[in-house]
Amino acid sequence: MDLNYTDEEKAFRDEVRAFLDEKLPQEVRDKVRRGISLGKAGHDEWHRILNEKGWLAPNWPKEFGGAEWNAVQRHIFEEELAAAHAPRIVPFGLSMLGPVLQKFGSKEQQEYFLPRILSGEHWWCQGYSEPGAGSDLASLKTRAVREGDHYIVNGQKTWTTLGQYANWIFCLVRTDPDAKQQEGISFLLIDMDTPGIEVRPIILLDGEHEVNEVFFDDVKVPVENLVGEENKGWTYAKYLLTHERTNIAGVGFSQAGLDTVKRIARAESANGKPLIENPHFAARLAQVEIDLMAMATTNLRIVSGAAAGQAPGVESSMLKVKGTIIRQEINDLARRAVGPYAMPFASEAVEGDNDPIGPDYAGPVAAQYFNNRKLSIFGGSNEIQRGIIAKVKMGG
Amino acid sequence: MDFNLTEERQMLQDSLRRYLTDRYDTNVRNEILDSETGMSDRIWAELAELGVIGALFTEEQGGFGGKGFDIAVVFEELGRAGVVEPLLDTAILGGGLLARLGDDDQRALVEEVIGGSLHLALAHGEPAARFDLSRVETTAKADGEAILLNGRKAVVVNAEAAGYLIVSARESGGAFDRDGISLFLVPADAQGVTLRGYPMMSGGRAAEVTLDNVSVSSSARLGASGKGYSALEDVIGAANVALAAETMGAMQSATELTRDYLMTRKQFGRPIGTFQALAHRFSDLLIELEQARSAVINAAGHLESSDRDRQIAAARNLISRVGRLVAEESIQMHGGIAMTQEYELAHIAKRIVMADHRFGDADYHLERFIELGAA
Ligand SMILES: Cc1cc2nc3c(=O)[nH]c(=O)nc-3n(C[C@H](O)[C@H](O)[C@H](O)COP(=O)(O)OP(=O)(O)OC[C@H]3O[C@@H](n4cnc5c(N)ncnc54)[C@H](O)[C@@H]3O)c2cc1C
Repeated sequence: MDLNYTDEEKAFRDEVRAFLDEKLPQEVRDKVRRGISLGKAGHDEWHRILNEKGWLAPNWPKEFGGAEWNAVQRHIFEEELAAAHAPRIVPFGLSMLGPVLQKFGSKEQQEYFLPRILSGEHWWCQGYSEPGAGSDLASLKTRAVREGDHYIVNGQKTWTTLGQYANWIFCLVRTDPDAKQQEGISFLLIDMDTPGIEVRPIILLDGEHEVNEVFFDDVKVPVENLVGEENKGWTYAKYLLTHERTNIAGVGFSQAGLDTVKRIARAESANGKPLIENPHFAARLAQVEIDLMAMATTNLRIVSGAAAGQAPGVESSMLKVKGTIIRQEINDLARRAVGPYAMPFASEAVEGDNDPIGPDYAGPVAAQYFNNRKLSIFGGSNEIQRGIIAKVKMGG
Repeated sequence: MDFNLTEERQMLQDSLRRYLTDRYDTNVRNEILDSETGMSDRIWAELAELGVIGALFTEEQGGFGGKGFDIAVVFEELGRAGVVEPLLDTAILGGGLLARLGDDDQRALVEEVIGGSLHLALAHGEPAARFDLSRVETTAKADGEAILLNGRKAVVVNAEAAGYLIVSARESGGAFDRDGISLFLVPADAQGVTLRGYPMMSGGRAAEVTLDNVSVSSSARLGASGKGYSALEDVIGAANVALAAETMGAMQSATELTRDYLMTRKQFGRPIGTFQALAHRFSDLLIELEQARSAVINAAGHLESSDRDRQIAAARNLISRVGRLVAEESIQMHGGIAMTQEYELAHIAKRIVMADHRFGDADYHLERFIELGAA
């Protein structure tokens, strides 16, 4: 056991910091800090900057153009990105599909798709959930029927995050309706420009267009776009979900969020004193910070264990549950910290390029609080994660 | 002891609930939320006609209610339906101050409020004041016959619709003194008044108000010079009862929506309410809802008593805590659907949580409770 960063790791942190100082545009930081959406162009630009440096895919092997960092490096990177108010790396191609193709994709698929994820030519979205298949994902109904060298796809996906920006979607589809639920599912890559696909926006409770419904009406998909074997999609889907979950611990986000709360609480005053000196508020803040310190170590323990060849099985469920609880608690503290100035609805339409309505930190806090209720719902809800933990630990 | 509503209040509750069920569904409200004014004039007129505004004033004030339980009955129903129209601002705060402090001319405006033809807004909180009620740095200075008002008011709910703003300003004393705060009735179109309006997270609209050498005559003052604080405490006390009741009403809706959803949504071939992990948490929400109802009854029943402030602090602290629980758990147990703007629960949850940001959150009221208990 040694909790100190090595000289190498410290040097790595300095390198990341220097890079961010130089390359992360100030206006992008400001937008992220103020919770203003970047749009597709903003995300693309940030991905391009990272990709130029070779840092866009920290978890990918070098042979596919990744940075192939170890767990500690990834942790440092994540921390520094969040602290600098860098935009989050959009995960669908990089953290979700990438690892699946690397493990289960054909050579052709790897050669065609992976570089295009890095270059930004392809923006991927995730077509798993359906109106009737959320937690019970294996009950999905979207149907793919083989006809010659195509599949004909019919059905509906929903909650598709940033589907409005995407030109490709990876989908779970039912290829064998007679097999047991999990055994009739395949993993298909679908070009969103194919005729018969319609994307409709869903506006979330914070007023943002973040997710969509995607409808498929006789959509023709070449059989080359099947990943792995037909009817084995569930295996690949589960593999992907494990990757989705490790990132969802969000330690870096929590640390940055906690710093923001402190900054707010120093600027706000209650009864003529800085809010941060208010005993009730200070106690709440301390409690979360204590939880987060332990969580950061849990995260490193688990993730570095996995890098050494252990699968982060049930532990990733633990990370997800605790990580999201902490993030949500921090969002709640930020919301409270700003007092009455949490009330304005600080949409772009209202603020635009104008001065913020209250203090500049106040704008996004209420919206972020509501938006991040999603953290405990998606990626396998916290109830589903608890079910998994119990089942595994009690020998199910 | 009698925990039944009087016949009049029961009738008021029934008719208001019926009206809102018929006329204020999710679609109607979502249209109102998207509208430029953030409220519906038609709904406002109909509420006035139903007597809902009059129920918030005593007989001497020209109404037929005005007691804690009248306020609680009305606001519980408004909360259930997620009403965004500014009854709190126009009637409880604005109308309440006019009725308490106004001279004959000023009190005549209360009639217009009750009739639904006049909106009001209380311009009291300031950018640095947070929830400190006595922190007033806006100044009122004599200028010959006139009085000049200067300062900035933060998050003034309903300012844009208001015919008059009731502005608190300091005539003497330091930034936190209770003494020296006066209240002025300022026409919204008075020279030197600037509004920067915006929608709010949970519906309705507010504005940042700048007062730049706004000149009023001394007859615009409500009550005696420098003695506005105690009336402010009174109406904000009533507003806290209203907010607590509204939040409790919204919590009822949240739990009802959650119950219906748990019984109908199926995953893994069965209604999700049959999973014990959810069933027990749903039960907890109902338990806490009963606590919230009792807290509202305590506060409403003490609005005219000497224990008022402690009871109010208790109610708002409790409801802030359990309100958050109900809002978050209801969303969680719904899953993704509750995250969508169109779905009823999304709005209801926002009403519950954002109530925290008016007149004090859980911590503020906890401190008040401790302070008042020690006194
Ligand atoms: C903002 C947002 C973005 C999303 N982005 C995407 C995306 O890009 N692509 C995609 O495919 N999906 C996406 N999702 C969908 C997400 O994965 C689902 O919302 C999630 O799987 C839950 O499904 P559901 O919403 O249908 O809720 P349900 O499955 O209906 O669950 C409702 C409630 O029941 C609980 N529950 C269900 N089963 C059990 C059980 N057995 N035991 C105990 N409790 C149970 C759940 O935990 C939840 O509390 C997104 C969702 C959100 C909110």
